[in-house]
Amino acid sequence: MNELPLKERMKINRHPMPAQLPEERTANFNEVNIGYSLQIAQKEAQRCLQCKNAPCTAGCPVNVHIPQFLTHIIEGNLLAAADVILNDNFLPAICGRVCPQETLCESVCVLAKKGKPVAIGNLERFTADSTTHLRSEREMEGIANPTGKKVALVGSGPSSLACAGDLARFGHSVTIFEALHAFGGVLAFGIPEFRLPKSIVNYEIDVLRRLGVRFEKNIVIGGTLTLNELMNGEGYDAVFIGAGAGLPYFLGIPGEELVGIYSANELLTRINLMKAYKKESETPVLSYQEKVVAVFGAGNTALDSARTAVRMGAKKVFIIYRRSEAEMPARKEEVAHAKEEGVEFLFLASPLEFIGNEEGWLTSVKLQRMELGEPDESGRRRPHPIEDSEFSMRIEMAVIAIGNGTNPLLRNTPELEFTKRGTLKVNQGTLETTKQGVFAGGDIVTGGATVISAMGAGRKAAQSIHAYLSESEPNEKNPRS
Amino acid sequence: MDQNYLTLPDKEIQQFIKNVKSFILVPVKIMFEIKDKKKIAPDIYRLEVYAPLVAKKFLAGQFIVLRPLETSERIPLTVMRADVENGTIRLVVKAIGLSTKQLCGLNIGDTVADLLGPLGQPSEIDTFGTVVIVGGGVGSAVSFAVAESLRNAGNRVISIIGARNKDFMILEDDFRAISDELYVMTDDGSYGKKGFVTKQLIDLYEQGRTLDRVITAGPIPMMRIISDITHEHKTPTIVSLNPIMIDGIGMCGGCRALVGGKIVFVCVDGPEFDAHQVDFDSLIRRNNAYRNIEIEKEHACRLDAHIEENVKNE
Repeated sequence: MNELPLKERMKINRHPMPAQLPEERTANFNEVNIGYSLQIAQKEAQRCLQCKNAPCTAGCPVNVHIPQFLTHIIEGNLLAAADVILNDNFLPAICGRVCPQETLCESVCVLAKKGKPVAIGNLERFTADSTTHLRSEREMEGIANPTGKKVALVGSGPSSLACAGDLARFGHSVTIFEALHAFGGVLAFGIPEFRLPKSIVNYEIDVLRRLGVRFEKNIVIGGTLTLNELMNGEGYDAVFIGAGAGLPYFLGIPGEELVGIYSANELLTRINLMKAYKKESETPVLSYQEKVVAVFGAGNTALDSARTAVRMGAKKVFIIYRRSEAEMPARKEEVAHAKEEGVEFLFLASPLEFIGNEEGWLTSVKLQRMELGEPDESGRRRPHPIEDSEFSMRIEMAVIAIGNGTNPLLRNTPELEFTKRGTLKVNQGTLETTKQGVFAGGDIVTGGATVISAMGAGRKAAQSIHAYLSESEPNEKNPRS
Repeated sequence: MDQNYLTLPDKEIQQFIKNVKSFILVPVKIMFEIKDKKKIAPDIYRLEVYAPLVAKKFLAGQFIVLRPLETSERIPLTVMRADVENGTIRLVVKAIGLSTKQLCGLNIGDTVADLLGPLGQPSEIDTFGTVVIVGGGVGSAVSFAVAESLRNAGNRVISIIGARNKDFMILEDDFRAISDELYVMTDDGSYGKKGFVTKQLIDLYEQGRTLDRVITAGPIPMMRIISDITHEHKTPTIVSLNPIMIDGIGMCGGCRALVGGKIVFVCVDGPEFDAHQVDFDSLIRRNNAYRNIEIEKEHACRLDAHIEENVKNE
């Protein structure tokens, strides 16, 4: 229980996240944030007013019982705090780091009215990090008896991981299929080490392994095996598609084939998945040393790319965005970190053409000034080009980080229906696709979104799959039945 | 906890496998074992790699991405043929970069760390009439698979294969078996006819032959010249592109090329494209982007001696 009177609680200032100093961290790829100590965590948790209606819980896509876990932190019962979170969120160490808390739980915190919400994300991270050993040591509990039903999960990103955890606890036999050689999807190839250490991703995957989830790499569904083969040949009773949105958009302007232009996915894959930032890595990455770099886009991926370029030794890194800072979709913390690291922001400018030299290497970009008009369907003010405002900028490297479309590999699957945007059509209530027994969630359904919303969809699909399997007979091709 | 189905001494499962021939037990840790390895020319190796799921699915024109070692880059490689019964795929590899040297440094019984496929769109196989297959160097391997399929589809197949000299001539017997006509070319005339493969193609046109389709794979400069020649004669021409790739599943866009003025992803949209639409210049530049970095990395790791040693031991 929080003994502190309400008035006293409100006198405590929000505790900033201790972090590596900017000049230190730009020379390494280690995690920027260092994390709360127990003392800071307890002090921060005391700020919670324990609102009866818990708006924070309602603001969380997976409805973590936030006031409850904060109380356990105050009492020093960290494992109990972790269990409260784990009840709704299997990946607390990851979500504590990559969730956009300022637009979710923290945005509706009563203290947010005065601009200082409880640092829920930091406390979630603390709870997860400080209980890793305790959590690994104990027996896995709450696993139902085997049902004899098999479920295949396509992709090993956040939606599949969350889905797998629930399905395994329901007693189903779960296999995750991954095309790449490492598991975690965007958590492995997309989000850089300095924001999400890969050891954390591997820890969470081990938790699932201990729950009995099988992980198969080097298998691309739609290529190596088809959905129908999984269900008819391999005896899977149900399938969850969590293949994500991994097909990078390009700007569609002249010169995009020039050398020196990467999609954010390519830069981040080379750096994160293939470890090209390490000297001993055999995967090359074009040199950023002493180069002028422009990153197009303003989401987390754009900031990850810009900050990666800083760490690769770039002389100057610009984020170029056609709207203004207020419309940036990135997490506020990342924007602040990027500024501290010397990333410069060029707002209200849009690229028209990339110019290269005779060898086909990028040398400059032609840009156009923009102004903001009326809000569009996304609620953000729509940018309009200003006439005769073209200007050029000398750049040597560019990164395109303007979002991703959905992967095309499953589009030829009979019975699956896709929208014009290329996302999978699903029943919004059950997340079942147009093909019986096949469910989907995450970015492949919504288009590019967040880790937590993908996880939420994975868990929702797990419920539907469980309900579906409880009604159906085991697949007769299933060798276990 | 990580159970392996095959180790379960469950008689029913074993019986089940026997009964359902098409059944492949997926949760098997597939070891991509090198079943056979042969040096077929200086620096060029023919490998048979165990990859039953890939072998079963492979269609002419498709490719795989592999990592020879846990530390290696991911590299795309074309598949020459698949042996469904033995579950193997045949790769023809020139040990030219660090990763291909690592791959060719592996021995029979060794395993490849990772292998993903089949990837890309299969070649369009139809009855076109007379098709000419032009293969240069290890590019002959990918065009072989396409040639074989086209022959089976009832086309008259004319194959033109070329090499620097006699020592580098590969796959001649393979092509002879599936071609109605075969022209073997060497640059120096040490074997077959003297001249480039392009010369033979021009000869065919000069003889007044009707060519309904040309398919080519090999070095980019060769593909470009062939494309120019066939463009003049308005012969539909397909090239198989081999750009730098990482994931092979459309995720990074590193393999993008300009085709018809538009950006395409070779890994998922290709690898085959209408030759007359391809911007070969940008393709060459993009493929050379890492040359300096690679040379540095290779210097750090002297693999050539290692490969030679392995071959002698066989």
